[in-house]
Amino acid sequence: MYATFAEIKAALSEGKTAVDITKSYLANIQKNKHLNAFLEVFEESALAQAKSVDEKIKSGTAGKLAGMVIGLKDNMAYKGHKVSASSKILEGFESIYTATSVERLINEDAIIIGRTNCDEFAMGSSNENSAFGNVLNPHNNEMVPGGSSGGSAAAVAAKLCTATLGSDTGGSIRQPASFTGTVGFKPTYGRVSRYGLLAYASSFDQIGPFTNNVADAALITEVMSGADEYDSTMLQEPAAILDAKYDSSKKMKIAYIKDCIESEGNDPEVKARTLEVIEKLKSEGHTVEAVEFPFLGQMVPTYYVLTTAEASSNLSRYDGVHYGYQSKEAEGVEATYKKSRSEGFGEEVQRRIMLGTFVLSHGYYDAYYTKGQKVRRVIQNKTKAILDEYDFILTPTTPTTAFEIGKNADDPITMYLQDIFTVQANLSGNPAISLPLGQHSNGMPFGIQLMAKHFAESDLLAFSDYMMNSCN
Amino acid sequence: MGLSEEIRNKYQAVIGLEVHAQMLTKTKAYSNDKNEFGSQPNTNISAITLGHPGTLPRMNKKTIDFAIKMGLACESDIAPEQYFARKNYFYPDLPKGYQITQDTTPICTGGKVIVKDGEGAEKEVGITRIHMEEDAGKSIHDIDPFNTLIDLNRAGVPLIEIVSEPDIRSSQEAYNYLTEIRKLVRYLDICDGNMEEGSLRCDANVSVMLKGSSEYGTRTETKNLNSIRNVQRAIDFEIERQIIANENGETINQETRNFNAVTGTTTAMRSKEAANDYRYFPEPDLQPISVDQNHIDRVQSTMPPLPAALFKKYTQELGLSAYDAEILTDQKEIALFFEDIISNTKNYKSAANWLMGSVKSYLNEKAIGIGEFPISAARISELINLIDSGKVSNNLASQKLFPAMLESDDSPLKIAEVNNWIQDSDEDAIKNMVLEVFAENPSEFERFKGGEKKLMGFLMGQLMKKSQGKADPKSASKLINELAK
Repeated sequence: MYATFAEIKAALSEGKTAVDITKSYLANIQKNKHLNAFLEVFEESALAQAKSVDEKIKSGTAGKLAGMVIGLKDNMAYKGHKVSASSKILEGFESIYTATSVERLINEDAIIIGRTNCDEFAMGSSNENSAFGNVLNPHNNEMVPGGSSGGSAAAVAAKLCTATLGSDTGGSIRQPASFTGTVGFKPTYGRVSRYGLLAYASSFDQIGPFTNNVADAALITEVMSGADEYDSTMLQEPAAILDAKYDSSKKMKIAYIKDCIESEGNDPEVKARTLEVIEKLKSEGHTVEAVEFPFLGQMVPTYYVLTTAEASSNLSRYDGVHYGYQSKEAEGVEATYKKSRSEGFGEEVQRRIMLGTFVLSHGYYDAYYTKGQKVRRVIQNKTKAILDEYDFILTPTTPTTAFEIGKNADDPITMYLQDIFTVQANLSGNPAISLPLGQHSNGMPFGIQLMAKHFAESDLLAFSDYMMNSCN
Repeated sequence: MGLSEEIRNKYQAVIGLEVHAQMLTKTKAYSNDKNEFGSQPNTNISAITLGHPGTLPRMNKKTIDFAIKMGLACESDIAPEQYFARKNYFYPDLPKGYQITQDTTPICTGGKVIVKDGEGAEKEVGITRIHMEEDAGKSIHDIDPFNTLIDLNRAGVPLIEIVSEPDIRSSQEAYNYLTEIRKLVRYLDICDGNMEEGSLRCDANVSVMLKGSSEYGTRTETKNLNSIRNVQRAIDFEIERQIIANENGETINQETRNFNAVTGTTTAMRSKEAANDYRYFPEPDLQPISVDQNHIDRVQSTMPPLPAALFKKYTQELGLSAYDAEILTDQKEIALFFEDIISNTKNYKSAANWLMGSVKSYLNEKAIGIGEFPISAARISELINLIDSGKVSNNLASQKLFPAMLESDDSPLKIAEVNNWIQDSDEDAIKNMVLEVFAENPSEFERFKGGEKKLMGFLMGQLMKKSQGKADPKSASKLINELAK
């Protein structure tokens, strides 16, 4: 099975066709149906695309991603295809337009194979909040794949496609990447257009790839990046060029946050491996130093105040009136809203809508939302101060390896603490990657996270590629 | 409700108006969908207007410039930094579940509009703020007997909301203020000002207090006012209702009221306590906007002269009456036509008379606007100059030359020449004719000479007949008087 785009290119040069490759992935998806990674396979349109890609390859007009087979997290618009955010509330809904990021992949001849399972509206850390069932971790089917982009992570880990797109609001790409032993990359906020991404928290959400190596993550991000008139919060600059190789003569300055290494919740093996990577980097001549970042305890609460505030507004459009699920019982407009939303949204989504509604409500706004904004600014400033001095910040991606399905399901606070190391990059907008550099004695993989300066994707990915070689 | 003059005079009304004006942009506020009134329902809609999952707003920069124009016209401060906010509420014609508006950083703050008070004197009505927002769609209740239908063509149409200070003291002042606002948006070409079609909408905040009091009474907000006249009627009703309530010792509730144009009354819709908590917060999908002074200057340079400035110019510099100036500045097109006329003639009074007289009668008769008037402003100036030079008489100009100009593109001079209408002002020729008239009518001449001045008319008539109407009456009468001495 093809794990990387390099393997696909080799196969194509040996006479395989894009249709062959697509079919072999389709067969593998079928074989791994029990993982529940895909909510829907776009067999027909994927094979049609593959056929046209083969023609383009023959005529020498194929794009940069010709033959790459990509799965979309089920929160991205793809014209003529269903999209549900793993929620009952979007029952039967089909997109009438295509997300900018997806369109750019297709324009470079990527083949879109289906939509992957995720936590409902990207809210969750285990994929247990999907209205369409759990996703199983390919490394151990008793374990969660992480979330919210759990299906995307599992699909790449199980080689059900070459790469997938996920969205990352507080760690939703990096945490499942850590749990499934894949590369998960969240670009800088504003690097990839959000147009067509079903919003969870607008000022946090960012689209990024899951891949089995750094080169594929760089290529996909490069194709997706660049100004888009449909997303005014983007960096208004042309696409990033991300094929830089790390120059080994250049020594890097890397910070690690002491509290993240010493954090009580850390699995001892996760901590030990992180220290081992630090030592390895030092031995290669890089400067790696501990820095103070005294806001670890504030990050998750700040994140939840602000993201739920935005979510409570972003999810207002799912009202049972215009499209998607409408309660059959309801009479009158008020009841249609209440019943459709109560029946259509899952428990976690409702919890976050209520929390967000509360923090924005009259009399509480300043105590929560305004204060949250202020703390976010402090975290942004402090993160910038560190990255003004250092090239990267290194932490474990997650405190532990993947946990058992059902273990944290009734404990939202423990579940929320899954994001403790990842939310910083979303609060501050910085790019961050999870690299599959850890292997636990319990048989599960885990990731090391590297965070970089705003829009320094090129340096970050080049160094990540180097670390995958030197620290493995 | 009968209210004695005496009781009414104990009270002072305090009124503030909130005016929503739909901007005349080609496309909507946050999408490329057409902004057009009267299209087939649900045709000017894309995924963005529909609020489909994943869509984001795209700022139409034209809206910002339109709002700046209104702010400059009202002498408001333009905010250099501003952001949009979301106002969250559920309504079937609001597809996103929130309206994009401005909350704590309106684009314009402060400013004023000069209006006539109830007695006709000038007064300032302060502007609190002007902010940008998007319109909602339309819920249609009267087509399908069982369902409410939704038309989203209007959803996302750019609006500005102009909020006045509670400086208005009578329904007549409110009427005058609204007329002035409508005149301004039409001058600026940012809104068509049509209240019947809803492109200009007004809510009235009304309270009453005892005269001399410094504390405002509890106010009500009246909605559904679809003409300037109805704004006045609703305010009159509210003032009277509130005075009677006060007199009867009843409390006035802070509430939203609905105006019924058929009965001329207002009824309570909802109380403020039951009002929505709109949970305003900064719109995270749009970047904050910066407006620098250069940009404001550029917008300013595209603005037409405004009615207040023109009124001042006409009355103070051109010496026209306030009445004339009022009529000339009522519509921008007329005012600009007048400006064009007076750029080629110094006879302002005559220009005003021609425009308000012959030109307007023609427009009224044909039911057309000045834009369709067949004679250019430049040719009207030529006509005025031709009269002033004595080549044609006023009478001939309005009886013959003006109608001929409607049919021909030739200059008035050429038309007059071709028709042999140029007045003879050659003194010798007229002198001879006068002497001939004297000779042919000896008895009348003697009586005139003897002091019977009323015979001037007879003699002039004879002279005109002889000259075929070309003698300049003014110089002719002067000659008759001289030669009869």
